[in-house]
Amino acid sequence: MTTSNGFPLVLGLDTFGDHEHDAADRPLSHAQTIRNVVEEGVLAEQVGVDFFGIGEHHTDEFPMPAADVVLAAVAARTTRIHVGSAVTVLSSDDPVRVFQRFSTLNAISNGRAEVILGRGSSIDSFPLFGYDLADYEDLFEEKVNLFAELLKGSPVTWQGRLRPSLNGQDVVPYTESGPFPTWIGVGGSPQSVIRAARYGFSLMLAIIGGSPARFRPFSRLYVQALEKFGREPMPVGVHSPGHVAETDEKALEEFWPRWLAIITKMSKVRGFAIPTVESFRFEVGPQGALFVGSPETVAQKIAANLKILGANRFDLKFGMPGLSPDSVQKNIELYGTKVVPRVRELLAVSMERVEA
Amino acid sequence: MPKSVRRIAVIGAGHVGPVIARMMLEAGFEVTIAASGSPENLELITQVVMPGVQARWAKDAIAAADLVVLAMPLHRFPALEPGPLAGKLVVDAMNYWAPADGAVPLFDDLELSSSEIVQRRLAQATVVKALNQIAYQDLEDGRRPAGSPDRHAIGVAGDDSVAAKVVGEVIDRIGYDPVLLGSLSAGRILQPGGPVFGAVLKRADFERAIHAAVGQI
Repeated sequence: MTTSNGFPLVLGLDTFGDHEHDAADRPLSHAQTIRNVVEEGVLAEQVGVDFFGIGEHHTDEFPMPAADVVLAAVAARTTRIHVGSAVTVLSSDDPVRVFQRFSTLNAISNGRAEVILGRGSSIDSFPLFGYDLADYEDLFEEKVNLFAELLKGSPVTWQGRLRPSLNGQDVVPYTESGPFPTWIGVGGSPQSVIRAARYGFSLMLAIIGGSPARFRPFSRLYVQALEKFGREPMPVGVHSPGHVAETDEKALEEFWPRWLAIITKMSKVRGFAIPTVESFRFEVGPQGALFVGSPETVAQKIAANLKILGANRFDLKFGMPGLSPDSVQKNIELYGTKVVPRVRELLAVSMERVEA
Repeated sequence: MPKSVRRIAVIGAGHVGPVIARMMLEAGFEVTIAASGSPENLELITQVVMPGVQARWAKDAIAAADLVVLAMPLHRFPALEPGPLAGKLVVDAMNYWAPADGAVPLFDDLELSSSEIVQRRLAQATVVKALNQIAYQDLEDGRRPAGSPDRHAIGVAGDDSVAAKVVGEVIDRIGYDPVLLGSLSAGRILQPGGPVFGAVLKRADFERAIHAAVGQI
């Protein structure tokens, strides 16, 4: 089915490699968590999810620095689901290597690779690789520029300030059928929206707090900016955290302590406010950015927000550090078997109304 | 020093600036916005994201304004020319949080609030710290009409009591209860890591959080 912006509806799942705990709440090893993520990607395809994304992170809570390696394992065991980053922290990576890794993933998966470029909520890669966070914007701008050149194919000639130039060089592997889909993850800066349009990259709105409706001007800005730059319309997606269980109560009960723990921990580093019961209630309610509840609650919220935001894609960031593999698998199953068909149904009805 | 404010210039068009500009416009002020480059670069953004706000060169926006809001990333502040801000009432909505945004050597004096350092550099301006403590994604949703029982608070810290009062009136007009903190130095309470940073609190809860912290800061 197509959506209000004319593109096919895509419903995906994202993970940050959230460190899982066993039923007795003991942390699993990083290695076991990573093996579980591979199984979760395979399960996502089995239950009918369109996209499986893995976001690069570098901490004990999210031991997932090499998302493309894990995506390759998922790709080897699936045939239909699209696999991609969510996000690749391009500023602290080398665009040539990012292109090579995802072009390789694209080869392994028979053209199912996608990449979402951005900063995400991860800042740990900067000190790890010797980059200064104060240079973030300059690094991102220049590296996006190089990445856009690489996608056009070899030979590549490019000059910049922060990375050695390329002079008619070959960057392999070549893609079989043109550039793979590339998105820019945008958290709230209109200038980032303009940048995505300027390069002709798709727009992924990362909405992790506050009312999703406030992003509506951004999708309008994106459409108008594409037009201004003489480009064809492009897909618009939404990425938000959440958790699906059989009932609202169960989903909230499983999610809340894990959410509270991770945000409390991050607040020390990032200066976030510690969630209160009141702020959590707002975020899981109809106006907030957390998609937590029964399949019906989550499907209604996804459908409503896709309509409000003029978007054709929704990726639920599932899991939270400390959740058990059982609870995470149940979430994936319910998302694929209940939420996905229900969102399709809700949007089909609303499109019929528009067409009538 | 203006007794009341009519024209507001917002400097910075990233995450925060457009949100502040839109709120100011909806509160009935005349609002201009400027970023580091030409106003043409901002034309589409202003049209779509904050219709009614006028894009300007920074120096023109500042020259015409009764109140200037600094809403740029803090690491860009050292490059801002102090000259055009001489004699202006300036609201510092920026934050210094090195773990997330990188170190800015100018701001590494831990004895001073970041707004005291801004004031020291903008010696001819009157700096008031406000609009820094509620996250940009919560600012618009957090507004309530005057007198509403669940109205939220925004801290206003300034050494110049007249300036702080004028800024407090602007805060009140956009939909928050201003809580005056008495000095720029006290603005440390509003900073990252402080008791109200990132929180959307009703006035009573806000004051309680601040009083509880005063002994520690």
